[in-house]
Amino acid sequence: MAGSGLKWRAERGIVRRRDAHAMPARETPVLTVDDLSKIYADGTQALSGITLAVRQGEIVALIGGSGCGKTTLLRLIAGLDQATRGAVQVDGETIRAPHPSIGVVFQEPRLLPWLDVAGNVGFGLADLPRSERRTRVSRALERVGLAEHGGRWPRELSGGQQQRVAIARAFVAQPRVLLLDEPFSALDAFTRKGLHDQLLDLWAESKPTILIVTHDVGEAVTLADRVVVMRPRPGRLDETVAIGLARPREPVAATYEEAVRRVLAALDHSLRPAATKPPPTPETRASWW
Amino acid sequence: MPLLRRGGRAGLGLLLPLVLAAGWEIAVATGAASGRLLPPPSRIGATLWALAVSGDLWMHVEATLIRVGLGFLCGAAAGIVAGALVATIPALRWLIDPSLQALRAVPSLAWVPLFILWFGILETPKVLLIAVGVFFPVYVGVSGAIASVDRKLVEVGRIFRLSRFALARRILLPAVLPATLVGLRTGLGLGFLFVVAAELMGASEGLGYLLVDGQQFSKPDQIVAAIIAFALVGKAADMALVTLTSPLTRWQDTVRDSL
Ligand SMILES: Nc1ncnc2c1ncn2[C@@H]1O[C@H](COP(=O)(O)OP(=O)(O)OP(=O)(O)O)[C@@H](O)[C@H]1O
Ligand SMILES: [Mg+2]
Repeated sequence: MAGSGLKWRAERGIVRRRDAHAMPARETPVLTVDDLSKIYADGTQALSGITLAVRQGEIVALIGGSGCGKTTLLRLIAGLDQATRGAVQVDGETIRAPHPSIGVVFQEPRLLPWLDVAGNVGFGLADLPRSERRTRVSRALERVGLAEHGGRWPRELSGGQQQRVAIARAFVAQPRVLLLDEPFSALDAFTRKGLHDQLLDLWAESKPTILIVTHDVGEAVTLADRVVVMRPRPGRLDETVAIGLARPREPVAATYEEAVRRVLAALDHSLRPAATKPPPTPETRASWW
Repeated sequence: MPLLRRGGRAGLGLLLPLVLAAGWEIAVATGAASGRLLPPPSRIGATLWALAVSGDLWMHVEATLIRVGLGFLCGAAAGIVAGALVATIPALRWLIDPSLQALRAVPSLAWVPLFILWFGILETPKVLLIAVGVFFPVYVGVSGAIASVDRKLVEVGRIFRLSRFALARRILLPAVLPATLVGLRTGLGLGFLFVVAAELMGASEGLGYLLVDGQQFSKPDQIVAAIIAFALVGKAADMALVTLTSPLTRWQDTVRDSL
């Protein structure tokens, strides 16, 4: 019975944990998360033994039920919060605080209301000479289709436009690693589709490594090379689904639908009681390398 | 079109006082009322005009404005400093905020005898009383604004690795500006409230002096003229403050609409 389940999953591209988060050995990862745990001050264990490596230019989607620690993981990687145990490294450098190589797009746009759109996009470029800042900002605005809107106030933009400004603000600083926490969850499906295309366009330019949290399986399959499913209480990585489709991806294609089904199956598995799967032992935890 | 509608609304607001004034004028002119306790508008206008032409009005307005201005500067500066310190240093908050809140509950006029005893009846107690009035709304506005700065926006600053100073300048300061300006505006209004009290405690010039003088020598037209002057000067000062500071909050629709 257990054997057939394994076979069933292997057939659908769902990989066992032992090598789930691994990658080709010759490539050194840009982002490594090693045995990361987080216990909040109130005793909540939000994350337990997260180990993950992401290579240059890879897009990884994190997916999982509410409260399984996705936001916590992103905040630890961003250096906004401190891990209880374990470490995050970007290009071999241990992250203890926000780092120039790491950009963040939050769930809400978080634009500064007292700066116009251009001011918001250029917020992180204060050290650059004015002329260079201006060219970079206007290029980024063009990329997200807001070239005409540089002089407007954030409050004059729609939710989707505001999130585009937030994405431009993150990209304009040219991060090596870009973290996005459910950046499109507040938007309608139509707007979301447009933003996926723009995100991929921006990504294609400088190929940053992207880690994106989402609740939307379609979004994960559209964007990601790899979908990592998380499991709650305490938050840990469950299964990884390799997508391996060429871009641009057409949601109507059979291969796309098949990938969606695989992610759904993995997600479904992660929502079942943990008893069907033994908790991670130290040996499996240290495994991916 | 909206401008026209707004002009129309302002005109509508003027209608009631104009009708009342005209009615009173007619009542006095026809002998239906004596106008001894409340002179008709024409007499008040004439008094105002005479005061203006003789230059007395400007002298009184100037004296009052200087008191309010000095008191406002002292009170606002103290309120901003105290508010910022209390909001950013928890130990200070626990130490002095309860005392300040208690002092805030004291009716302002209760200070008058004490201030006269301490500082005599010259300018110091007057300016100080006004400063006390201005201090509290500014203090409450600033400390509240700093304490409620959106943590999410502060995180944006952290993501871009702003130094402490840059964080204060580029995020905290703009974030607290609107509430600070509201506090300043309330403070200025209270400053005009308190200058009357200050000038009632004994002054030889100032709009408050015109009130006292009018009462002592039974000149109701002078009292009403002084009241009107107070209203005009207070409104002008308020508008000046709003005009000077509105470029700072251009980004904010709510503050501007409530002004
Ligand atoms: N600041 C905090 N203090 C204490 N517990 C927290 C804190 N932030 C998050 N938690 C807890 O940690 C767990 C993980 O939360 P987290 O926000 O990372 O989940 P999530 O996967 O992002 O959920 P969602 O999909 O709803 O955004 C939850 O049980 C949550 O209650
Ligand atoms: Mg979350």
